[in-house]
Amino acid sequence: MAGETIIRVEGLHTRFGDHVVHDGLNLDVRQGEVLGVVGGSGAGKSVLLRSIVGLQRPTAGRIEVFGRRVLDLDTPERIALEARWGVLFQDGALFSSLTVAQNIQVPLREHLKLNQRLMDDIAALKISMVGLAPEAGRLYPAELSGGMRKRAGLARALALDPEILFLDEPTSGLDPIGAARFDALIKRLRKTLGFTVFMVTHDLDSLTAICDRIAVLVDKRVLAVGNMERMLSERHPWVVEYFHGARARSAGL
Amino acid sequence: MVKTDEGAKAVTAGEPPPASAWIKRPGDGEIALGGCWTIGEAERLDQELAGLHGVAGARLSFRLSGLEGLDTACAWLVHRARKNLEAEGVDVVFDGLSPEYRVLLDEVAANDHPPPSPPRVNRPLEMVAHAGETTLDNLHRARDFLGFFGLVVLTMLRTAARPARLRFVPMVHHMEQVGLNALPIVGLISFLIGVVIAYQGASQMKQFGAEVFVVNLIAVSVLREIGILLAAIVIAGRSGSAFTAQIGAMKVNEEIDAMRTLGLDPVEVLVLPRLLALVLAMPLLAFFADMMGLLGGGLMSWIVLDIKPDQFVERLGDAVSLWSFWIGIIKAPFFAVIIALVGCYEGFQVVGSAESVGQMTSRSVVESIFLVIVVDAAFSIFFQLIGV
Repeated sequence: MAGETIIRVEGLHTRFGDHVVHDGLNLDVRQGEVLGVVGGSGAGKSVLLRSIVGLQRPTAGRIEVFGRRVLDLDTPERIALEARWGVLFQDGALFSSLTVAQNIQVPLREHLKLNQRLMDDIAALKISMVGLAPEAGRLYPAELSGGMRKRAGLARALALDPEILFLDEPTSGLDPIGAARFDALIKRLRKTLGFTVFMVTHDLDSLTAICDRIAVLVDKRVLAVGNMERMLSERHPWVVEYFHGARARSAGL
Repeated sequence: MVKTDEGAKAVTAGEPPPASAWIKRPGDGEIALGGCWTIGEAERLDQELAGLHGVAGARLSFRLSGLEGLDTACAWLVHRARKNLEAEGVDVVFDGLSPEYRVLLDEVAANDHPPPSPPRVNRPLEMVAHAGETTLDNLHRARDFLGFFGLVVLTMLRTAARPARLRFVPMVHHMEQVGLNALPIVGLISFLIGVVIAYQGASQMKQFGAEVFVVNLIAVSVLREIGILLAAIVIAGRSGSAFTAQIGAMKVNEEIDAMRTLGLDPVEVLVLPRLLALVLAMPLLAFFADMMGLLGGGLMSWIVLDIKPDQFVERLGDAVSLWSFWIGIIKAPFFAVIIALVGCYEGFQVVGSAESVGQMTSRSVVESIFLVIVVDAAFSIFFQLIGV
C-alpha cells in the first residue's frame, strides 16, 4: 500500500510574533496512505496543513510535495501543483454565492476548458459519489446542514481527481453516525480513486477506522509516527493520556 | 489549459510523458480505447465519443487493454458512451479491463444520478407572480421596520425609566466612530461643495452684475440644505453600513442568539448606543459641515469675486436669518434616527451567510439615503408652509 514519499517536511519552523508553533518539525507522507495528524488544540496541526498547501509561509524549513519545493514554485507551476491536490476545510469553505454544483465546477472551470453539459455531468457524478442527494446540486451552502456542507466541500476537493486529499478535521461537528459514514466514504473513495490522505483530526474513531499511520504533534514537533500499536506503546505523557484516556477506552482501544 | 499542461509536465519531469488518449476502430464490432484518459482530454474525448454509433442488435466490444490512465471524469465518459449505445439497442461488452479501472467504472455507474430537471416555468405567469411577491415582500418589510421602530421606542422608554441601564461606554465609543472620525471626510466634502457653489454662482451672477448675491446663494444653500444633506449622506455610507455589517456579522456568528440566552436585550445593547450616539453626533457634524461649506464658499468668493472675508461675514448677516442655520441643524437628529434605525434593522435581517451581510449592507445604505432625501423634501414643504 504505502509507496514512495509524496510529501516531505523537513526542519519546519513556524512563528507568529513571539509564539513558536513549529520548531524543527519533520514529517513524511507516503503515497497511497492515510495519515492522521493528532495533537492538542493549538499544537499547530492546521498550521502544518496550511503550510504544506502553501497558505502559510513558514519561518524556515523545507516542504516538498511530489518532489517539488512548494515555496519556490513560480505561478504556473503552483497552479499545476494545486490541480493535483484537493483540500477540505473545516466547515467546507464553500463559496456562499454559488450553488453546490457550481462550487464543484469552480476548479473545473479554472483549470480546464470543458463544455457546460460535461461539467454538469461531472458535478452530478461527484455529488452522488460523496453521498448527497441529486437535488442538493441546486442548493446554496446556507441551505445545507453541517454534514452536507462537508460532503459538498469534499465533492469540490475531488473535482479534479486529486492525488492528495487534505482534510482538516473532517468529522468535527458531525454526530457519531454522520462521522462514521464520512469515514466510510473516505475509505471507499480512496479505494476507487487511489489518493493519498493527509488528515488533521481529533476523532479517535476516525484514527482507528481509516488511518494507516498516525503522526503525533507535541512540543512543536512530530513526536512519533506509526500505526495504532506504535501509538499505544508510546510512553510520552500526552500520548498516553490521548490514547489511553477515557475517550480512547470508549472508542475501543 | 495550455499553461496547466506545461506546468504538469514540469512537475513530473523525468518520467516519460504519458501517451495522450486515443480511440480507434480496428474492426466493425470493436472499438479500442487507449492512452492516458484524464480530465484534461475530456472535452475532446467527449466529442469523439458523441460521434460513436453502433448497429442496433449487433455486438460492440470495447477493448480497454490499452488504457494507461483513467480518472473519474473519463470513466464517466466511457460509462455514458456505453449507456447511450445500449439505449440505441447495441450490445456493449467491456474487454481487457484491468481490475482498478473496473472498480472506477462500477463506482461511476453506481453514481449515475442526474439531478432532477428544474420544474417548467410559465414565463408570463412567473413575471406576475414575481411582481406580486416583491410587492408583498416590500409591504412586509415596511411593516417589520415599523415594528422595529416601535420596539426601539419602547426599549428607549424603558431605559429612560432606569437610566443606569444605558450602555454609556459603548455610546461614547460609537460617538467617536461616527462623529469624531467622520470629521475629516465630512469637512473636506462640504468645503469642496462650498467652493463649487461659489464658483458656479459667481459666473452666473456676474451676468447681472449681482456678484455680491453669491454670498446669499452660498449661505442659504449651505446652511439650509447642503451641509446637513452631505453630512447625512456621508454618515449613511460610512456608519449606517458599518452598523448593518457589525450587527449582521454578529447575527451570522450567532452572537445575537447568545445575547438573548444570557438575558441581554439586543436592542438595548446594540441599537440604543448606536442610535443615541448618532443622534448626538449628527447635529455637531451638520454644524461642522455648515462651517466648512461657508469657509469654502467664502474663500472662493474672495479669489474670484474679490469679496474680502470681512465683507463676506457682514453680507452673511444681512443675507440670512439665524433661522436658516437652525433649519439645517433641526433636521440633523431626524436624519440620524433614520440612518441608525435602518442600519441596525437591516443588520438584524441578515440570515445565514457572508453574502447576506453584503446584500443587507448595500440595501441599508440605499434605503437610508433614500429616506433621508424623502424626509428632507417633507421638511422643505413643512418649512415653506409655516413660512420660515
